[in-house]
Amino acid sequence: MIVAEQKPLAEILHLIEGYNKLLLLGCGSCVTVCLTGGEKECEILASALRIKRRLAGKPVEIKTHTVTRQCDPEFIDELQDMVEDVEAIVSMACGVGPQYLAERYSDKYVIPAMNTKFVGGSIQQGIWEERCSLCGDCMIHLTAGICPIARCPKSILNGPCGGAQNGKCEINNELDCVWHLIYKRLAAQGRLDLLKRIIPPKDWSESRDGGPRRMIKEGI
Amino acid sequence: MLTSAGSNLERVLKSGRHVVTAELGPPKHSSPHNIIRHTKTLKGYIDAANVTDCQSAVVHMSSISAAFHIMNNGIEPVVQVTCRDRNRIAIQSDLLGAYSMGLKNVLCLSGDHQMFGNHPTAKNVYDIDSIQLIQLTRRMCDEKLFFSGAAIKEFEPKFFIGAVANPFADPFEYQVDRLEKKINAGAEFIQTQCIYDLERFARFMEMCVERGLHERAHILAGVTPLKSSRAAKFMQNRVPGISVPEEIVRRLTKAEDQKTEGISICIEQIKYMKENVKGLAGFHIMAISWEEIIPEIMKGAGICQCS
Ligand code: SF4
Ligand code: SF4
Repeated sequence: MIVAEQKPLAEILHLIEGYNKLLLLGCGSCVTVCLTGGEKECEILASALRIKRRLAGKPVEIKTHTVTRQCDPEFIDELQDMVEDVEAIVSMACGVGPQYLAERYSDKYVIPAMNTKFVGGSIQQGIWEERCSLCGDCMIHLTAGICPIARCPKSILNGPCGGAQNGKCEINNELDCVWHLIYKRLAAQGRLDLLKRIIPPKDWSESRDGGPRRMIKEGI
Repeated sequence: MLTSAGSNLERVLKSGRHVVTAELGPPKHSSPHNIIRHTKTLKGYIDAANVTDCQSAVVHMSSISAAFHIMNNGIEPVVQVTCRDRNRIAIQSDLLGAYSMGLKNVLCLSGDHQMFGNHPTAKNVYDIDSIQLIQLTRRMCDEKLFFSGAAIKEFEPKFFIGAVANPFADPFEYQVDRLEKKINAGAEFIQTQCIYDLERFARFMEMCVERGLHERAHILAGVTPLKSSRAAKFMQNRVPGISVPEEIVRRLTKAEDQKTEGISICIEQIKYMKENVKGLAGFHIMAISWEEIIPEIMKGAGICQCS
């Protein structure tokens, strides 16, 4: 899933400065699962913003609502009535949500309340970790099901680099060196032969570097 | 078939004579003054000078420009090329430019992560990694092909290609495999990370010799004299991929004159390796900000051509 976290409250307050009627919009998908932008967080953020603005002597009117998915025009269309009389829409979805909103309601100021971090999953209660960089050409069958593109800070395809020590990454000794993990798993599987092959340079045109990508499913 | 680069370093290594190379760090400004001074000090002592490419991810004069000054002042340079700051287009363009200036040796490496340097907010590139860089540079020279496979119609470069190995990185068992991978990719000479843990290095070299890697590439043992116990601790804790045994820190701490002790330790290590470690083609001295000490170390260790 996509993992996003709320921007600091002070930053959101700064972004809504001068606006007195807002729609704060949660999203029922990924950000609900990672507990940062769903219905509950939307209500909490709205209260916090109202209190702060009241204390500052500049009360703000905030409507709240959470849609099933902000990355789907169908759910965005339904907001027509709610959007009409607000000055700005604050989105609590990943970076896709505010873009869909800005496109559909192009005369409104749309504010992102979130920082979209990565594609990953939870590793323990309350902690999420990056697992995929969306490179467009998955190759983790060669690396024991561990993605070096997303998880090595240098995206090295023939690692580990010379900075790996005690199984930890050179940039942070709390971070596992993924190439160490790859090595250990392949060793346990008796497949270290795979590491003798030189993995060729990646075709980054399948990645973001080729411009915004499109996926077409035939027969729909 | 590997093409010959015709570099002096290549010739000396192939002749079987032990070589000594040293690291020369480019300046953090735009004057070649200091590197020229260091070049003059080391001329006649070392066989080649290795010119770092924004080491520790700190901005310095580019390795190619600094190498040009070093070459013009009488020492053959080895140009370091890291994968951190340039994509495959920029790297090839720089390789062509370097060769056009007469630079014939390159050393391919990943490069330290930018968080260690003075621009930690930079975006890193790592379009290709060090092993891919070796392989692709090799192809430019031998097959006259750009990385993409397009033909270099004429005037292809002919580099003598080197790589680095770190016997102190983990997993230890894999380091020899990885070195072999670099040699398979086309590396002809190898420089190791600074060695302090002689026991571990000896084990590493035994494994290399068992596989005959020392016959497929010339392996140079990396050494760095330590100026003080503080420097030793810094190396121990802050520099990735280096292991400094406690004993060395203790010796420096107890010494009355830490600098002299640092030089003695370095000399002892070189002598020990010369006598006890098989498969070495020479030494690479990385006297960071202490280049003027190199002749003394070489004389002390008996690895001076002039002695
Ligand atoms: S190889 Fe590419 S698609 Fe596969 S997990 Fe890594 S970044 Fe994602
Ligand atoms: S230590 Fe491992 S994870 Fe970290 S940059 Fe090097 S290879 Fe990548």
